[in-house]
Amino acid sequence: MNDNTRSIGWPLHLSLLTLAVMFPFVFSSPFIVNFGVLALFYAFIGQSWNISGGFAGQLSFGHVVFFGAGAYASTVLQLRYGMNPWLGLPASAVAGAIVGWIIGFLSFRAGLKGSYFALITLAFAEVLRILVNSVGFTGGGLGLLIPAKPSMANFQFAERIGFYFLILALTVISVAVAVWLRRSRFGAQLAAIRENEDAARALGINVFREKVKVMVLSGAMCGVGGCFFAQYFLYIDTTIVFGVDKSVEMLLVSMIGGAGTVYGPLIGALLLAGVGDLTRVLTDVQGLSLVLYGTLLVIIIAFLPNGLIDLFKRIGQRFKQRGA
Amino acid sequence: MDLTILGAATINGLLIGGIYTLVASGLTLIYGVLHIINFAHGSMLMLAMFGVYYLLTIFGIDPYMSLLIMVPAMYLLGFLLYKLLIGRMAHGKDENILLITLGLSILIENLALMFFKGNTRTISVSYSDMMVEVGPTLVSLPKIISFGAAMALCAALGLFIQHTDTGRAIRAVAKERVGARLVGINVDRIFAISYGMGLATLGAAACLLMPIFYVSPTTGHVFVMVAFTIVVLGGMGSFLGAVVGGLIVGLTESFGGLFLGESLGQIGISLIFILILLFRPSGLFGAKR
Repeated sequence: MNDNTRSIGWPLHLSLLTLAVMFPFVFSSPFIVNFGVLALFYAFIGQSWNISGGFAGQLSFGHVVFFGAGAYASTVLQLRYGMNPWLGLPASAVAGAIVGWIIGFLSFRAGLKGSYFALITLAFAEVLRILVNSVGFTGGGLGLLIPAKPSMANFQFAERIGFYFLILALTVISVAVAVWLRRSRFGAQLAAIRENEDAARALGINVFREKVKVMVLSGAMCGVGGCFFAQYFLYIDTTIVFGVDKSVEMLLVSMIGGAGTVYGPLIGALLLAGVGDLTRVLTDVQGLSLVLYGTLLVIIIAFLPNGLIDLFKRIGQRFKQRGA
Repeated sequence: MDLTILGAATINGLLIGGIYTLVASGLTLIYGVLHIINFAHGSMLMLAMFGVYYLLTIFGIDPYMSLLIMVPAMYLLGFLLYKLLIGRMAHGKDENILLITLGLSILIENLALMFFKGNTRTISVSYSDMMVEVGPTLVSLPKIISFGAAMALCAALGLFIQHTDTGRAIRAVAKERVGARLVGINVDRIFAISYGMGLATLGAAACLLMPIFYVSPTTGHVFVMVAFTIVVLGGMGSFLGAVVGGLIVGLTESFGGLFLGESLGQIGISLIFILILLFRPSGLFGAKR
């Protein structure tokens, strides 16, 4: 599989990027561009989950803790301290990284893994949600509203297409990180930890340090996602940015598309955004799209444990064999 | 602070803790035997609560009488669910079961949203508003009945596990799967029975909860974290732990609300969960992992 992705790597990356760049010019309706923004947004936060949950195998049920930390860090700094919103991007990365370090350090020091790690991340997200909800300078239960002042300097593009290219750039960076993890020593160490921690330790890998490192990296990326979310929707509150739903969406995007693969989260995100929009257009039944995702998750775990991307790979291999 | 208020908070905390105990005992049974974490526990409880709600509103069956219907119904649901779905899809990794049960809970919650809509429902029965004087304070009668019934059911479950053949088989499988299989126990059947019994406790809990609580498609969320906290606090797989843990968590919730207020008061349960997992993962009564 490794050799396969390497050989078709660059042509695939470039053709997908070309398609993504052309997309908003071909379909210029705001509805479709909005769909593109959301799909890329899910791809980006799904990739951040994938970095720790897929590549390193550290399943998290509370990734929203980094997302919310980033969203609140950037928004509070902007509204209370007058910071330029563009600086919110690095600020939210730092916030996400710090929270990632704290959770990783505490949990991995205590030796938590598998289901236990998944559940403790959920509890950390709850704690942060309640704390942010209970203090005044975060707006408490009312949330924070960012005043609309459309201008480039203000991180508020007059046209949706500006947000589209920003989130596209972020997604490209996240894919680059994933490609780097496939090829680098760090990525190989993470894969070893995912497959068998004891064996990895026996090989001389500092399991604790590498796992904390990957939580910092994933936390930083997810934090940036929170900042983007706040600036795109101009409103955050604790139920939205610390809610279980977002954690589940990140996990679904990655698991359904293919955890631990470079393009898995992109496939998952297209599906999530696509099915979401489609069910909203076709019916007004609440909850239908999540019924579909829940079913899909069960089916994927049962029959395609490596995600939908496996399906594409199998088809691709079949074609290759036929050609040869 | 006034002693009466403290007394009332203690009594209320213990009473709700009793029902938490019942919910958690099902979770700890499933964990103790199958070594899997049933993330769908909360949504299954919600489903059972809707069952109780409709049994009353459509057929006029009293929630306490519904015990006779809901307990076997939930047992059957759990037994079949394990046989047909969960047991077949583990592929030998416990994370997979966690993900499957997560998928199930998403599915059940949103099906409930589709069919029952998002609004909150409560029921009212003739004894809803009856109060009983307990020491310094007045307590609603259904709360006391629920607490007593929950404790009795927990004791019955403990006796069943301790003294019946099936119970012995369950304990044997929990301790030593391979050995149990070697002496002729049908391990797969015991797994399905345990999962069924875990859900049966939820059927019972739903009947006891409905007169004092509300139900909506997201009600399960309230109980998921609570049940997990009780189970890790008491020790995964320990019944005595579930009882003690349930009462502690009930008190924590009650005093948290009293001293820290509505919003911040909820933090206690999640904090206990984190601290126990970080510093004493075997819990109060659990075996060493």
